[in-house]
Order: sequence, then C-alpha cells, then structure tokens
Amino acid sequence: MIAAPRFRRFRLTPDDWRNLRTALPFVGPWVIGFLAFTVYPIFYSLYLSFTNYSGFGDATAAGFTNYQHLVKDPLFWQSLTNTLYYTGLAVPIGVVVAIVLALMMNQNVREVAIYRAAFYLPTIIPLFALTFIFIVLLNPGFGLVDYLLGLFHIPAVNWLGDARWTKISIVLLAQLGAGGPALIFLAGLRAVPTDLYESAIVDGAGPLRRFYRITLPLITPVILFDLIYGTILGIQIFTPAFVLTGGTSGGGAYTAGPENSLLFYVYYLYKNAFQYSDMGYASAMAWVLFVISVVLALAIMRWSKYWVHYEVT
Amino acid sequence: MALAPPVTEAPPIAIARQPTPRPWRGLRPPKSLGVRIGLIVASVLFLLPLYWMANSALKNIDELSAFPPTLYPHAPAFENFVRAVTYIPFGTFLLNSVILTTGVALGAAISNPLIAYGFSRIKWPGRDFVFGIVLATIFLPFPVLIVALFDIFAKLHWIDTFLPIIVPAFFGNPFFIFLMRQFFLGLPNEVSEQARIDGANEFQVFIRIIMPLAKPAVAVVIIFAAVQAWGEFLTPLLFLQDESKYPLSIGLQFYRQEHDVAYNLLMAASTLIVLPVVALFLAFQRFFIEGITVGAVKG
Repeated sequence: MIAAPRFRRFRLTPDDWRNLRTALPFVGPWVIGFLAFTVYPIFYSLYLSFTNYSGFGDATAAGFTNYQHLVKDPLFWQSLTNTLYYTGLAVPIGVVVAIVLALMMNQNVREVAIYRAAFYLPTIIPLFALTFIFIVLLNPGFGLVDYLLGLFHIPAVNWLGDARWTKISIVLLAQLGAGGPALIFLAGLRAVPTDLYESAIVDGAGPLRRFYRITLPLITPVILFDLIYGTILGIQIFTPAFVLTGGTSGGGAYTAGPENSLLFYVYYLYKNAFQYSDMGYASAMAWVLFVISVVLALAIMRWSKYWVHYEVT
Repeated sequence: MALAPPVTEAPPIAIARQPTPRPWRGLRPPKSLGVRIGLIVASVLFLLPLYWMANSALKNIDELSAFPPTLYPHAPAFENFVRAVTYIPFGTFLLNSVILTTGVALGAAISNPLIAYGFSRIKWPGRDFVFGIVLATIFLPFPVLIVALFDIFAKLHWIDTFLPIIVPAFFGNPFFIFLMRQFFLGLPNEVSEQARIDGANEFQVFIRIIMPLAKPAVAVVIIFAAVQAWGEFLTPLLFLQDESKYPLSIGLQFYRQEHDVAYNLLMAASTLIVLPVVALFLAFQRFFIEGITVGAVKG
C-alpha cells in the first residue's frame, strides 16, 4: 500500500524545483494539518506520558511512573483484554460477513441494486443511533431479539446485562457496518477475469470449488486490507460501549457495563483523561495504544505473506 | 415434406460440457428463486433495526413494554415526535449539528480536491513517498491523539467552540484525498496541457479546467463528509462541554438521563436524526455506492 521511495541521484534539476514550488500551495494544507493535528500531538503526548498533569497548571516530571502504574493496574489489563477479545471476534466475523454480502451483491438478478442499497444503508446510520436501537431490540423485557429466539425455543439472553454477552452484543452491532467493506469486496469480485471461471466450469469444478480455488485467492489483497483496517477500527471501539453504559450520566461513578465487561481500552483512556483528570496516565495509555496498533498492523502484514496472492498463478 | 433430420446429437465436445441431466429438472423452480429468497431474508435482517426504530417511535409506552412485542404500532402515537422535540432543547442541538455538518462538508469540499490535485496532476520529487504517508495516516487510531489534542485546543481556548471539529476538515482527510486523487488520475493529461499552452498557471488549470470536470467526485466527498459529521460522536463529546453547544449525537445522551429512558421518545428522536441520512442516501444512492468502489478498483 505504501509506495517505496524510488532511489535516484539525490540532486534536483531546475525542473524538479519548479514542480516542487508549483505543488507546494496544493499539498501545503495537508502538510500543515499533518504537522499540527497529527505529528505534534503524538510527540506532545509522548512528553505528557512522562509527567503528572491534571490538565490545569503545569505538568511535573514523573519519569516512568505512569508506565510503571500501567503494568500494575488491573483495570488497564482488563480494558486491554476486553478490547482484544472484542477485536478478535468482530474482525474475522466481519470479514466473513462482508464477503458473503459481496457475493450476494454480485448475484445476477434484475433488482440487485435494491439489495445492495439495503446492505449498505446501515453503514451510514450514526453509530450512536444504532446503539440506541440495539438497546430496544435487545431489551430483556420487551426486546424483539429474545422474542424471535423464543420462537425457536432458544432461551432468552440478557444481552446487555450479563457480562458474558455484552461484548457479543457489540460484535453483532458491528456487523451492521459490513456493507461498506462488502462494496470493496464486490469491486474485487468484479475484477476476477471471467475466463477463469469459464475454464473451471469446463474442467468440471462446482461452485464451491470455483470459490475456493479462484475467487478467494484473488480477493486475498482485499481481505488483507479489511483485516488491518478492521483491526485498527476494532481496537478503537468506544462509542457503543459509552452509549450503552450511560456515558455522561452519573458523573463518572458508574462502571463500564456489568463487571466492567465493556471497559474497552479507549473507554478507560477517556475516563483517565477526562473523568479522573490524569492526563499523564492517559497519555501513557495513548502511546501504548499507538505501539499496539503498529505491532498488530505489521504482524498481520507479515502473516499475510503466507496467504495473499497478488496475481493469478 | 422434406425436413432436415432433427439434430438429436450435439457435437461430443458440447456433451462433455453439459451437466448431467437430472430427472427432477422440470419440476424445479427457477434457480433465481432460491437466490432471491436468500437476498430478501438478508435485506430484511439489515433493515430490521431501522424498521424497529420507526416502529418503536410510534408506540405508546404501554405498547412498547408489551411482550410479545407488536410488529407494527397498533395505536400509532404520532404525538411522540412532538413530545420528543419539546422535552429537550432539540432545536438548539439540531442547529449545532447543522452548523458542524455544514462546516465540515465545506472544509472537505475545499481542501481535498486541492490537496489531491497536488498529489496527482503535478509531478514533483518525493510525491509518491509523501502520498504513502497520507495513506499511512488512515491506519493511525484517532484516540491516540485525543489527550494531546484536548490540551492543545484548551490552550488555544477552542474548547466549547466548533473550531476543533471544523478547522481540521480544512486540512484534508486521507480517504477523501485518495478518492479525489483516483478521479484526477483518470483525467487525460491533454485537458490541462492545452490550458498551459494557452498561458494558464497551475492554479488556473485547477480551477477552470479540472474542477468543473470533478463535480461528481466533489459531490461524493461532500456527501460522505456530511454524513460522517452528522453522526460524529467522539469529537463533540471531547471538545464541547457546554450543553448549549451539544450537537444531536451528544444531546440524545443528555435526554436519556433527564427522562429515565422513555424508549419510545428516544426512538422518535433517533428517527428524526436518521431520517435526513436515509433521505440523502435514497436521493444520491449512486454516489454512495460508486464513491466506495471508485477508490477500491486500484489501491
């Protein structure tokens, strides 16, 4: 995805200089925004992570104490495992759901545009609104979901009140966003040369075999993108948990769901920074999150060498 | 009558390609029926939350609490909408949401075409490397920045103003830069070359020649930016603390604590928030679907 710099003689011709001057007013805004709203905050939070800082007054040097406290903080570890548990479930399920949706969007029926619209629509509905709808759908007293499960004699589940099910509820909620990645998979399906399928049919390959031998290998680059991007989004999970657990009400004394089961990493970071006014500690958490995201992305990239096919073999 | 002998045998090669005939073939419904049923079931599943929101919004509190739940409102309570907007300062929240959405969409419409032009139609040394950095920022989790950003904005006295949300939109967004760049790369070089020969400078080429051609792509950026800003939750939560500055996303939270969660009113308020998004989607469906796939074809 990231283009490698082309090595050449490090000398700019007068033409290069002229083009650079021409381009600067165009890309300048991005450069300024990148420095002001991304690079500077990252390094500023690195500095803050070595201080005690309440948000008011001056930050005082604290050495590595914030990081030392992190390692010993059970809530930090719980928020990390909650987040990894959620991401580990939501992302693989999300890839499968998105591929299934893409295959459905690719069906040769006349009104297919209607189905595509239906699958895509939930992805643009504000997440906080979807969360409110889930509160009603999953309500143990009058919720539709438990009623429908009851029709199949499946015992009711206290989705949002039982620590074993709260994260599953958010995994389900996240699947409503599968329509977006599904469109990218759809473009990938469309790019598969049709003559590959034709010759596979001649060779007597059934639909399942065609999917595993042709379609799936050829969309592995999209799977890689979806895995990395989904993981980065997954470890940021915040809004549904915040809305479900009452968010701003209760003045900070509330817990993040039953047995803190919805205390996700960013939720705990938010609490530390904005409810406990411990900006130094929250900054240390931010940096650890930054490192985790880079490590996860690189790990997936490395692993992908074993299964991503960039061309037909 | 001299009829040509009926062709009973296809050439051998074709036989080999034909699937073995099955005795029940004639009794089978057309193959598309099963596919359609699957598609319809899945569509219902994905639209169910929206239907349930509208359904719950129209129930009175007794009907909402009934079990089993009613599949449609038996006594539609349209007054829920009036109650929902009068119980909370809905008008103030709405106005704030509109201001934020307009500001962000405007910033996106101005900055992203400009930046993408510099990354596609001018060839400067190091361009593709810098564009790689633009793409890499897609994978940076925003929450990593929130503590530092809050402190920076606080020192600028920007907290409780719309500036922390609107101003960054004027400096580009990696997704939109990517999308606009893909569009610009697809335009032939000749269109700008002719204008340059006629003595236009680069900015004039951008404004007079390229931008008129780019209207559909800019429309996609505006639509996506507006939808995203309308549903934005984290940034207003962080940077707006005064209730009179809340947009709808945060205002609904506030509503919940005030009223011991009257779910039908909450659903009515949610319906009012979701409605413009659905309307926009139905009006510009093509832009949405194409906007996503444009960037996907060649990444």
